[in-house]
Amino acid sequence: METPMYQSNHRKIALGLSLIPGFGQLYNRQYVKGISFFILAASFLIVFKDLLNMGWWGIFTLGEVVGRDHSIFLLVEGILAVIISVFGLGFYAFNLRDAYKNGQKRDLGLKISSLREQYRALVDNGFPYLMISPGFILLVFVVIFPIIFVVLLAFTNYDLYHSPPAKLVDWVGFQNFIDLVKLDLWRKTFINVLAWTIVWTFGATTLQIALGIFLAIIVNQKDLKGKAIIRTIFILPWAVPAFVTILVFSGMFNESFGVINKTILASLGIGPIEWMTDPFWTKVALILIQTWLGFPFVFAMTTGVLQAIPNELYEAATVDGASSWQKFTKITLPLVLYATAPILITQYTFNFNNFNIIYLFNGGGPAVSGQNAGATDILISWIYRLTMTSAQYSKAAAITLLLSLVVVSVALWQFRRTKSFKEEDMM
Amino acid sequence: MDMKRQKLIRLTLSYAVILAMTIVIVYPLLWVVGSSFNPGQSLSGSKMIPDNATLAHYKKLFDTSQSDYLIWYWNSLKISTLTMIFSVILVSLTAYSFSRYRFIGRQNGLMTFLILQMIPNFAALIAIFILALLTGLVDTHLGLILVYVGGAIPMNTWLMKGYLDTIPKELDESAKIDGAGHLRIFFQIVLPLAKPIIAVVALFTFIAPFGDFILASVLLRSKEKYTLAVGLYDLVAKQFGSEFTTFAAGSVLIAVPIAILFLSFQKYFVSGLTAGGTKG
Repeated sequence: METPMYQSNHRKIALGLSLIPGFGQLYNRQYVKGISFFILAASFLIVFKDLLNMGWWGIFTLGEVVGRDHSIFLLVEGILAVIISVFGLGFYAFNLRDAYKNGQKRDLGLKISSLREQYRALVDNGFPYLMISPGFILLVFVVIFPIIFVVLLAFTNYDLYHSPPAKLVDWVGFQNFIDLVKLDLWRKTFINVLAWTIVWTFGATTLQIALGIFLAIIVNQKDLKGKAIIRTIFILPWAVPAFVTILVFSGMFNESFGVINKTILASLGIGPIEWMTDPFWTKVALILIQTWLGFPFVFAMTTGVLQAIPNELYEAATVDGASSWQKFTKITLPLVLYATAPILITQYTFNFNNFNIIYLFNGGGPAVSGQNAGATDILISWIYRLTMTSAQYSKAAAITLLLSLVVVSVALWQFRRTKSFKEEDMM
Repeated sequence: MDMKRQKLIRLTLSYAVILAMTIVIVYPLLWVVGSSFNPGQSLSGSKMIPDNATLAHYKKLFDTSQSDYLIWYWNSLKISTLTMIFSVILVSLTAYSFSRYRFIGRQNGLMTFLILQMIPNFAALIAIFILALLTGLVDTHLGLILVYVGGAIPMNTWLMKGYLDTIPKELDESAKIDGAGHLRIFFQIVLPLAKPIIAVVALFTFIAPFGDFILASVLLRSKEKYTLAVGLYDLVAKQFGSEFTTFAAGSVLIAVPIAILFLSFQKYFVSGLTAGGTKG
């Protein structure tokens, strides 16, 4: 049925000629387009020829001659080559499709759009791409590129002993992950750090959420005076930059000079507590500080929700003879949790990666014998330690990969439940 | 009578809780302020209400021959402001296209952003560092700003898209019928209506670099390039406690303006977050 409709074979010829970008367009008598396609493609090849050549070789071999080849730079060039190739192939596919479509138009005896019409179409259809591209290109280089790099690094043996330029780095497959499970030192550290990360994430976050909601409900009581000033005070910990407060707290918790041991606990008749050297008390201090830092956010959100709950609900409940406790558990809490759930879950992922507090309070310490992470190191601060102090890059990358998998699956699970996924138009 | 007593007990308990929380919140803050006026240098001697209050530490911070504090302050302001400007521009453009146009790759793009916003960009620390080494952007503010802006895009785009989705589409459609171009609709119709969320994004992207420690400490090498977070940590970490009062003065000078800025924008903040966050 299809073939008889075409009176000629322009589409095939245009497609064939387009194997050299621009020629198909020239054949279709779209001269400006053809020439600009050709120039674009040619300059693409000229500019990136060396990088592509070097990169594709580099990403497979990671270098062959010690001294001449720097494995890590080759890896970087390799990823760049892959990204650039993807862009290039995208353009090439567009070029082929364009030539074919216009050839088809000619075959069907339709008029090919003039230069002005092409320009309009380009502006109309291309406008969203044009708007996105600056942000997207930046994103590719500072976010996506590093992620690809880390993923690849997790499968190499890049560490202090395999460090360019003196040594070459090699692909080692899943060796890093196997080491994490099999080697005693790594397994023990990994399990301890993971366990504390989980306790930390759930403990600190749940406490801050509970306190935030509790205080919001207390302050929201109708007959309570001075709401505005109380709310301002309760927001303060959120308003002060966290790194300042954490450093201040680490001064206050200082074992020998800090105000907590010296003044507060002493006046209560309690002896000094080892906030910085005893793992248990350091953990307690960290959770307390994070609760202090984090509850105002939940407090503010909950207050917003509470003020939006219509009063009639409570009045109706009173008429039906509900007690205050029933009103709380059946009306207030479900509404608050429903409205703030997505934001509350981001609080968990935030604390899961809350590097600042762990590092600034006590540097992840105190040190523990028999493992290469401090007692309060969470995964992200352990990664930092491995990268910055012991140059265990590939292990750090492997752990990053595991960590990201956890975070991404939590994120996807969360967003699958939210509205936006179900409403087709939103996505 | 019983109702009244119940109410009295309830209110008294509430005020007791509020009072206790207020002390817990305000005590550390007042303590830093007090420490910053203490005459001595060390942590051990610092008191909340000092005996002979002094402004010496503030003077020291403002004296460029004795400390780099003013330089750090300037660096932080510069980096935060530039990050804010670039982020707001890029985020507005991206969020607007995602909200208003239906183009090939939109769904995948949104999905990518969703996943990316969950991975903190400092997770790829090593890669960022090596990439910066390779491009010569180590120890430059430009490198840091680029990383901050890139990292701010995914999350803030979702936030702003969520808000833009609530602005009725009929507005721009009728403008289109009246002959307004793409840019005109964007600048004259949608952007003015999106002011609250722009304020939120601006504040977020201004404060985030201010509070960031990890990326700045990895990328910045020389002392005169430091931001406040790195500089203050440096001041306090080298010999803990020995320069504590100077550190306290430095903290006060950061915390006060940021807190005022924050409190004055707080309303926008919460409404923007709940609108963008729950919808998005």
